[in-house]
Amino acid sequence: MGEPTVPQASGPSPVRFDAVVVGAGPAGSAAALALARAGRSVALVERGPFPGSKNVYGGVVYGRVLDPIVPRWWEEVPVERWVVRRSTMVVTGSQSLSVDYRTQAWGDAPYNGMTTLRARFDRWLADKAVEAGATLVTSTVATGLRRDATGRIAGVVTDRPDGELAASVVVACDGVNSLLAKEAGLLPRSAPEHLTLGVKEVLELPPATIDERFGVGRREGVDIEVLGGTGGIAGGGFLYTNAASVSVGAVLSLTQLAASGTRPEAVVAELKAHPAIEPLLRGARLREYSAHLIPEGGYDTVPPLAADGLLVAGDAAALTLAAGIWLEGVNFAIGSGWAAGQAAARALASGDCSAAGLASYRAALEDQFVLADHKRFRGAPGLVLSDRVQHQYPAMVCDLVEQLFTVANPEPKPGGWRVLRRTAARHGIPLRQLAADALRAARIFG
Amino acid sequence: MSAEPTAPSPLRAPIRSRHGGTVYPGQSFEERMATIEFRVGTRAHITVDSAVCRSCTTKACVSACPADLFAPTSDGGILFNYEQCFECGTCYQVCNEVGAITWTYPDGGHGVVFHHG
Ligand SMILES: Cc1cc2nc3c(=O)[nH]c(=O)nc-3n(C[C@H](O)[C@H](O)[C@H](O)COP(=O)(O)OP(=O)(O)OC[C@H]3O[C@@H](n4cnc5c(N)ncnc54)[C@H](O)[C@@H]3O)c2cc1C
Ligand code: SF4
Ligand code: SF4
Repeated sequence: MGEPTVPQASGPSPVRFDAVVVGAGPAGSAAALALARAGRSVALVERGPFPGSKNVYGGVVYGRVLDPIVPRWWEEVPVERWVVRRSTMVVTGSQSLSVDYRTQAWGDAPYNGMTTLRARFDRWLADKAVEAGATLVTSTVATGLRRDATGRIAGVVTDRPDGELAASVVVACDGVNSLLAKEAGLLPRSAPEHLTLGVKEVLELPPATIDERFGVGRREGVDIEVLGGTGGIAGGGFLYTNAASVSVGAVLSLTQLAASGTRPEAVVAELKAHPAIEPLLRGARLREYSAHLIPEGGYDTVPPLAADGLLVAGDAAALTLAAGIWLEGVNFAIGSGWAAGQAAARALASGDCSAAGLASYRAALEDQFVLADHKRFRGAPGLVLSDRVQHQYPAMVCDLVEQLFTVANPEPKPGGWRVLRRTAARHGIPLRQLAADALRAARIFG
Repeated sequence: MSAEPTAPSPLRAPIRSRHGGTVYPGQSFEERMATIEFRVGTRAHITVDSAVCRSCTTKACVSACPADLFAPTSDGGILFNYEQCFECGTCYQVCNEVGAITWTYPDGGHGVVFHHG
């Protein structure tokens, strides 16, 4: 175990650790696990009464990121259902068009996505850190950064009496509102244009009803993303099957939500009442209503990831990937937290926890999916949240398909090209614009 | 096992928001909030300065707060109650006036406890 190197602050001597990780979400637990595995003393501070108690997501966790962290994780992770069907549904008020993909390959180890609830998943991952030797401190808020006599970050201040925790390095994994990254000057105090509000309802249904309505086996699940059902507010809808409940909700541009004067739960109510969705939920009972912010700005809004004595990971570093039909944050939190913990352990071993000593963290993220995916999808937030993709295209595509499938005898069937031209014109979309957006999408996603 | 649940559909009954007059399909807002566990602390972790709100032209918090905790008052201010807060951050992010909202987390162990998040 490394010698503590923090100069003594005045007052009663604080409890010392090599590292303090703030937030026992997926990022924090992965960071604490990496530090503990490297033989470092580490405190994992969580403000909720248990890990996961403050956390809300869709949700599906893509678990392959756990392969090097918890071997054969799928044999012990608290899973609701393994996702074998993934659907993208484009809707207007009364129409819907789905692209539905199913593969049984996702229903076997090593699996692809799993539905799971955060109160169970986050607790499971935090337990892994504890088993490896981390000290989990729940019901404790890190209220600020602790500074040494020279002003350098040297741990955290908590809301416990005599609650200073001294450490050579702090890993801020305190989520989208990260008060620590803001205090350090790494994140802006507010930036609503880069945030969405997720509102969710968990609706109870008997497992057999879910199996039948979604056409899956008992341990198999479905992931549906909805485009266009958010009442004129940029965003999207989602529907995920749990073991005995369905999570349904919407992700809404914060600025547009505020400007619209629409209540968030009203958007969810409208989504649930859509003729393509209502039959899936009929008779379900509301089990829990919840809401949480999502950092959706992508690569261009990722803050500096290190300062002297400080690393930032997960949503605190705006690392959720929100690129159209992808909404992945938990795997990005685990990937970044794990890399942050390893970088902190290297810096502790070398005795240099300055920003320069911690710089291997960013390099590791650039090498791995975390920043590689973000860089690749850099232009996605702008395109996906654009008015055309949000409103005009869903309506146009639904009309197009309706015309192709409507049999209007004695009228002969129109040619596909003519239908496209006519429909685009009716929706006020120049074909040149359509081609330009298709090219832009191909560049971002191709 | 019988596949069809027998409970009546909650999707069709009319509801209104706590303070607004708009009617949506679903259940009442109070019933909705009763599904969530809150370990209410004694300290108000968020405070709103109603005097500042009086000059606010957007009142963005009123419709955007997912827990519907901002009630407009007849004198153009805001009445706020912290007890059923999700700690989400929406209100300070959309707030229109500097200094209207002070925003912190509840003391450790207090506040919302999600079981299906
Ligand atoms: C509606 C919605 C749907 C989503 N869907 C998906 C999905 O399907 N799949 C997916 O992969 N991702 C999804 N995400 C994103 C995902 O939830 C996040 O990216 C992920 O939770 C980030 O993990 P984290 O550890 O960085 O932060 P969090 O999970 O937010 O954890 C932060 C932790 O820090 C604690 N904390 C904060 N401040 C302090 C403090 N000062 N002191 C002590 N503790 C503190 C909190 O209590 C919390 O436990 C969704 C998000 C939302 C809101
Ligand atoms: S948006 Fe801010 S200033 Fe305006 S009413 Fe709400 S809290 Fe007050
Ligand atoms: S933090 Fe969220 S739930 Fe709490 S008052 Fe603000 S907007 Fe409402």
